[in-house]
Amino acid sequence: MKTSRIYLDNASTTPIDPKVLDVMFPYLKEKYGNPSSLHLEGRTAENAIEKSREKVSSVIGCRKEEIIFTSGGTESDNLAILGIARANKNKGKHIITSCIEHKAVLDSCKKLEKEGFDITYLDVDSKGKISLVQLEKSIRPDTIMVSIMYANNEIGTIQPISKISKIIKENKVSKPIFHSDACQAVGSLSIDIKKIGVDVLTISSSKIYGPKGVGCLYLNKNIKIEPIIFGGGQERGLRSGTENVASIVGFAEALMISENIKKTENERLIKLRDYFFKEIKNNIKDVSINGDIKDRLPNNINVSIKGVEGETLVLILDDKGVSCSTGSACSSIDLNPSHVLVGIGIPLELAHCSVRFTLGRYTQKKDIDYTVKVLYESVKKIREMSVRVPLEVSYK
Amino acid sequence: MSIEKNKKLNIKNFLTGMKKEIKKTCDNDVEGWIYSLEVKEHFFFPKNILFDDYSYKADGVGIVGSPECGDVMKVWIKVDKKNYRIKECKWRTFGCASAIASASMMSVMATENGGMDLEEAQTLKPQQIVERLGGLPDRKFHCSVLGHEALREAVLDYFKHAKQ
Repeated sequence: MKTSRIYLDNASTTPIDPKVLDVMFPYLKEKYGNPSSLHLEGRTAENAIEKSREKVSSVIGCRKEEIIFTSGGTESDNLAILGIARANKNKGKHIITSCIEHKAVLDSCKKLEKEGFDITYLDVDSKGKISLVQLEKSIRPDTIMVSIMYANNEIGTIQPISKISKIIKENKVSKPIFHSDACQAVGSLSIDIKKIGVDVLTISSSKIYGPKGVGCLYLNKNIKIEPIIFGGGQERGLRSGTENVASIVGFAEALMISENIKKTENERLIKLRDYFFKEIKNNIKDVSINGDIKDRLPNNINVSIKGVEGETLVLILDDKGVSCSTGSACSSIDLNPSHVLVGIGIPLELAHCSVRFTLGRYTQKKDIDYTVKVLYESVKKIREMSVRVPLEVSYK
Repeated sequence: MSIEKNKKLNIKNFLTGMKKEIKKTCDNDVEGWIYSLEVKEHFFFPKNILFDDYSYKADGVGIVGSPECGDVMKVWIKVDKKNYRIKECKWRTFGCASAIASASMMSVMATENGGMDLEEAQTLKPQQIVERLGGLPDRKFHCSVLGHEALREAVLDYFKHAKQ
């Protein structure tokens, strides 16, 4: 293991901010109480959770009681999709989502299909955006929910969230609930719910320099929902189980920090990202960008490098001290190439050649310079051993 | 079997056992590498890559896989006409780490000990390659181990040309 690493996989998870760790420590040591207990230790823990809830609600501009702490993005998505669908099935059994959602949403929808729900999976264009026209046409009298992610985790494409909300709210056919997975958007885009107009929002801590295993669901108070976890009735009965106090405290702190530095970080990251992409294009032949150039998360670069299989590239870069990820089938558990890249119509042979770099708070220009250098060397090495036929045509 | 031979075999077994044991310990070191050490060696230092494929005069060429599936392997062989053994075995691969490592290992197996007999080369099994690589995760086995197929194609190609 090399001592100095360049971590360019911040969309997968971020390192914890030392300031976040500091506020968590007391709740891992002396303030160990169970928030449900009546005694001093319990009240101390309860107080910490409610303070955190206040912080989170102030950032997104909602009421305190509209925040449900969960174990993270996946649980929030599961709770939103399954909980709302099951609680509202008397109104209808139709749900609209997109084909490039996170698996936490897609697999929840698949589960609902087995329960008799009808799901419409909206297509996306070659940039990864849904069609607002198709969305409007898909709304039926029995549509109870629309779930569209705010920004995509793989290609970084940002959806026109306010426009989507407007279409949902202004349509005359039905009144579906609008859920959005904002795990990737938090920290760089506005999550002011009045501005973006969502009813339910998924937020994760592990992508904003907070601890893993915690997140929340913003849930408009008028929405009917039922729990997917049962027990002691914590979090208004929607999320039973003794609260992860230290992590909730850390999550709230991480969210506050990321909101405070959002503007300057965005400016810095966009500059760095554009420089990075320019350097890649200047140094490596046959590179194509995946996703949208304009409406893209400030930290995301996703490219396909012809003839260079993704897993091979990731492992060689890893050996040189650079961490990144790929949408290649070889790196996935189910051995299928990324559903997002397939969804935006990238040819399979290029989906296997995709590599994603996601910059972060600690990424510096010198890291990018080093990465471009080793990327160039690695691509050269891999292409030297890659089969030319039937890729031959594209090389000439 | 003579006592002498038996003794040698026992020592050999003991050594292979120990080797496997050491490998196991090292393989558990997740920070080191995700596959076996043998795969690591052949991935980072692949043997017998064909760099000058435009000028290389092969006796037989085989290509298997497809870029859509994420793995393509091309194999070039030179055959010793006197004893029908593989003299040289070169390859190029588009694929993941285990595809590269298995191509490299196959080329070593095809050329070691005076070269593989053509008949043997046609019946080489993927399990034999994987075994020499110190194992591969199950999910990687079927998709990425193409070496034996590419080699078989190359031998068939050689026979086709030799007949003409």
